[in-house]
Order: sequence, then structure tokens, then C-alpha cells
Amino acid sequence: MTDPAVVPVAEDALLSALSSVERPKRPNALSASLTFGWRALLKIRHVPEQLFDAVFNPIIFTLMFTYLLGGAIAGSTDAYLQFLIPGILVQTVLLITAYTGVNLNTDISKGVADRFRSLPIWRPSVIVGALLGDMARYTLASAIVLGLGLVLGFRPDSVAGVVLSVALLVVFAFSVSWIWTASGLLLRTPTSVQWVSVLILFIFTFTSNVFVDPKTMPAWLETAVGYNPVTHLVSAVRDLMSGTVPAGHIAWLLVGCAVLVAVFAPITMRLYRNKE
Amino acid sequence: MKVDSGKSVGRGATARGRMPAVRAEGLVYRFGDNVAVAGVDLEIAPGEIFGFLGPNGAGKTTTIRMLATLLRPHSGTARVFGHDVVRESDAVRSRVSLTGQFASVDEELTGRENLVLVARLLGYSRKGAKRRAGELLDAFGLSEAAGGLAKTYSGGMRRRLDIAASIVVTPDLLFLDEPTTGLDPRNRNQVWVIVRSMSSGGTTVLLTTQYLDEADQLADRIAVIDHGKVIAEGALGELKNSIGSGVLRVRLHEPEARPQARRILSRALGVAVETSSDPVALLARISEPELAPGALAELPRAGIAVADFSLGQPSLDEVFLALTGHPAEQQTDKREETA
Repeated sequence: MTDPAVVPVAEDALLSALSSVERPKRPNALSASLTFGWRALLKIRHVPEQLFDAVFNPIIFTLMFTYLLGGAIAGSTDAYLQFLIPGILVQTVLLITAYTGVNLNTDISKGVADRFRSLPIWRPSVIVGALLGDMARYTLASAIVLGLGLVLGFRPDSVAGVVLSVALLVVFAFSVSWIWTASGLLLRTPTSVQWVSVLILFIFTFTSNVFVDPKTMPAWLETAVGYNPVTHLVSAVRDLMSGTVPAGHIAWLLVGCAVLVAVFAPITMRLYRNKE
Repeated sequence: MKVDSGKSVGRGATARGRMPAVRAEGLVYRFGDNVAVAGVDLEIAPGEIFGFLGPNGAGKTTTIRMLATLLRPHSGTARVFGHDVVRESDAVRSRVSLTGQFASVDEELTGRENLVLVARLLGYSRKGAKRRAGELLDAFGLSEAAGGLAKTYSGGMRRRLDIAASIVVTPDLLFLDEPTTGLDPRNRNQVWVIVRSMSSGGTTVLLTTQYLDEADQLADRIAVIDHGKVIAEGALGELKNSIGSGVLRVRLHEPEARPQARRILSRALGVAVETSSDPVALLARISEPELAPGALAELPRAGIAVADFSLGQPSLDEVFLALTGHPAEQQTDKREETA
């Protein structure tokens, strides 16, 4: 391989660059995490394809369910849209949490994780930072879904409720992401991580109240759906957007988030530290 | 253990005295049932270029990963500038840099962003990080490509970016895992220039290689590793001496003359003369090269025609073969055939 772009290393410049004795003070945990968050944002800019899901998932599901089935489910497509958009918002954002594990697994298989792990920094900052960047991605995806909903005729009752529900959703997605970071470290390839997480997410989002009211389901399924955290999240988002504050659902969700992080963050860090 | 403030600014500080850059004793690492590293002892002096030579799967990378705190040894201990790699891994990480076998750069960032990222993580201010990245891009001939994503880089450029990222803060010890594997000769040469410059700046370098000429070119001392064990260690000259100070190679015109030529040379040189699969070739490891001309002169006198001959240092390939019983490039799973 001859490479016309190869400019030889400049020995003088090299020696002067090497003679640097500068040893800045190492960054604290927060600043290292924010630096990794910046890295994640740069990637959204360089590889915007990772937002495709956030665009196409709501388009496909919203159009399909609203116009094919909406009339049958809710009496009119317009009424169904009011019911569906909060659910689609939750489903879309939860589906793209899968990328968190995929990205971490890619870092490891490509070797760049070795560089980060051999730096004298707070070790969890790689993962915390990536998740901070992901929160930006979730917020962006929420904006896309809501924008699409507004174009189709979705009309929320409370703007503050919309903002609060996106915040709740992003916190929940952040907590769920820790499951995928753990599986991203356990599974071998990025593809297997993607399949496992998308499969689980599909099961949880479909056996919930995203698309239909659980009251129309057989009793046993209705009970199961009632236990699904996604159901609580969707209910909370629907209530918030229609101007009420579902304190019970919110409290239930925040406790759930705390449990997820308390369980999966230590598992993730342990796997990360011992990764061969 | 000697007290090390960890704050010494000048590299090669005299306060460090003669503390070895690396001292490892009995390092063991297993992947399941497979013992990748089976008791490695190493001592590397500050400032030297130490070559770690061995075929694929010999345990070079696993050893480096233990020394760089990426793997915890299953048994044995290792200290880097006096710091234990398990109990004081943080202190070790602040003294070393690792350039992995597969370029450890973020392919979805530009070259400049990669360096700024590392600089920021090492504590540079936003502005300082940009300046340092610029310096390194210039030094490594990457300024023009700085705005392109690293995944568009050629192998040589990627490798240079990788090394640049390793020296954002000049490390006291640099690990280079097969730095030139897969590079063309020109790019390989550039990596050699970089390694020598690092060394002359006072950085200790531990590099692994499968290329014998690379160890020959760069390393002050080498360790030959095979099946997870160091089978020989020392200055290159010492290693060569351990199997004879020189090698006399002779090729004849007639294969039928080989047995007689072998007897003549063996008597004149006072050592065993080896044959190889080439039916006209003979090879002798000799400790007294001055005997060679006389011995060669006896062949025409006995009516044996010599096609060509050479007298030289044994190649590292020959060193490796003599030490391990199998050639360096051979896959490890074939070792039984040559044992």
C-alpha cells in the first residue's frame, strides 16, 4: 500500500513534542464524565445515522397503527392519535437505548476501550459519560417524535406536562441503559448485543399499554401488563400530557429507576474492570 | 519499597535512582484452561528499549496487558516504577501509556478530536488540549488529515495517531504492542524513528514484535517468549553468542560431495556441521570465525567445488530456532512436529 497522503514524521517537531514535561492535574470524576459525554455528542454529529431509528420508528408505527387500526381501536383515527403518541414516544426512546450497549461493545472490540482503561481517570467516567451523551440523544429523539405527532394532529393539553414527561422518560431510559451496558460487556459482538436488547425491548413495549388499553385484553394478560414498568411509564406520560400529575406512577417509576441503577451499575463496572 | 513521591516532573529523575521500570516475578494468566502466560520474570531498566519477541499466541500481549493494569495476574507480582500493578494500579496508569495491537483510536472521531479527547482526559484545559493536539499532529505528519474521521486513515496513519495519543503526556514507560504489524516498509521505518526519538527523550519502551529484524533494529535488550515463558533474555549480542558467535554457510555444487565436505569442515572448525533440507547446503555455528578461511580452503584441495559461502552473525530467525526448536513464524499448534 503506498499512501500519497503520508507526510513523513518531522523529527525536530517530534523531539520538541516529546520534550513536553507538562503534566496537568488529572480531571475529577465529573469533568472526565463530561468529556466522554462530549465524545458521544461528537459521534451524533459524525454518524447521524444513529438517529434514523428515532425518525423511522415513530413514522412507521404511528402511520400504521393510526390509519390502519386506529379507527377500529378508538373509533376515529384522531382520537387514537391522542392515545398513541405518548406510547410511541416511550417506545421509540426505549428502543434506542439498545445502542448504549452496542456502542460500549464496539469500543471494546475495536480496542479504543484499552486506551481509556489505561488512562489515570475515574474508571466509570467512560460509561457515565456515554450515558450522559445518550440522554442528549433521547431528548433529541423525543423532540422528533413530538414534532411528528404535532404535524399529524396530536395536541397535548399541557406544555409543562410535555416537558416533565420527556424528563421522566429520559431518566427512565438512562436507568434502563445500565442493563444494556452490562449486557454489552457480557456478550461477544455488537450484533448479538443489539439483537438481545431489541428483542427484550420489543417484548416489554408490546405487552404494555402503548398501543391499546389493557382493559380490552384477557384478564391474565391485563394483570401481567399492569406489572410492566413500561405501562406505568406510558400512563404517567399520558397523564402528564393531559395536564394531571400522576404522583403514584411517578413515585413507582423513580423507585424502579433507582433499583435498576443500584443493581446494574455495579455489575457493569465489575464487568468493565475485569474485561479480558 | 523506595519512597516515590509520584510528583517528579523531570523524566529520568535521579530521585528514582536505579529502580527498575518494570520488575515482574512469576506472572501467570489463564484464559480458561489455556495458560497464556506461564510464569514470566522480567526486569527492565529505566530508559531502555526492551523487545519482547515471540510468535503469535506466545503470551506477549497478555503480559503487556497485565503490566498496563488491564488484566489482573492470576499469580505472580509486577511493579512498574515500584508501584504494584494490582494494588497501586492508579499510580501505574499515571506513568504508562499503551498502544494496543489493534489501533486504540476512536474511528468515528477525527484525528484531531481523538487527540483533544485524550488531552482533556489527562487534565488539559480546552485550549491547552487543542494546542497539544496541534503540536502532535504536526510532529506526526498528520496535520492535513486532522479533520478526517480516523476510519478513513490508512494503517500507517492510524498507527501514528495511536502513538501520538499515547504521548499526549510523555509517559515514563510506553507499551507498544506489535507497533508495525501490517505496515509497509516506509511506514514501519517511521514508527522506528518515533520509537528511537521516544527513547532518546528518556522514555522506557517495551515493544512486542514478531519481526526479528525489528528487535534487532530497535531493542537494547530482548526477551524471547514462547508458550507463555521467557526462554531467553539478554542483550542481542549475548543471545547471538549463546548459540555461537557466527555462522558459516556453505553451498556446494554437488550434493554427493556433502558428506565428505561435512567431515572436512567439522574437523577444521572443531564444531558440529549441520545440514538442512537444501541438499547442497551446510551450516556451522562457530565460536572462532578466524578458522573459517582455512577450513574453506580445504574443500577445493579435496576436489569439492564450492558454489558460495558466507560468514556472518546468526540471524534472529536462527537464534529463535536454536532456542525454541521451531521457527519463529510457525504456528504454535505445529510445535509437536519439530520437537
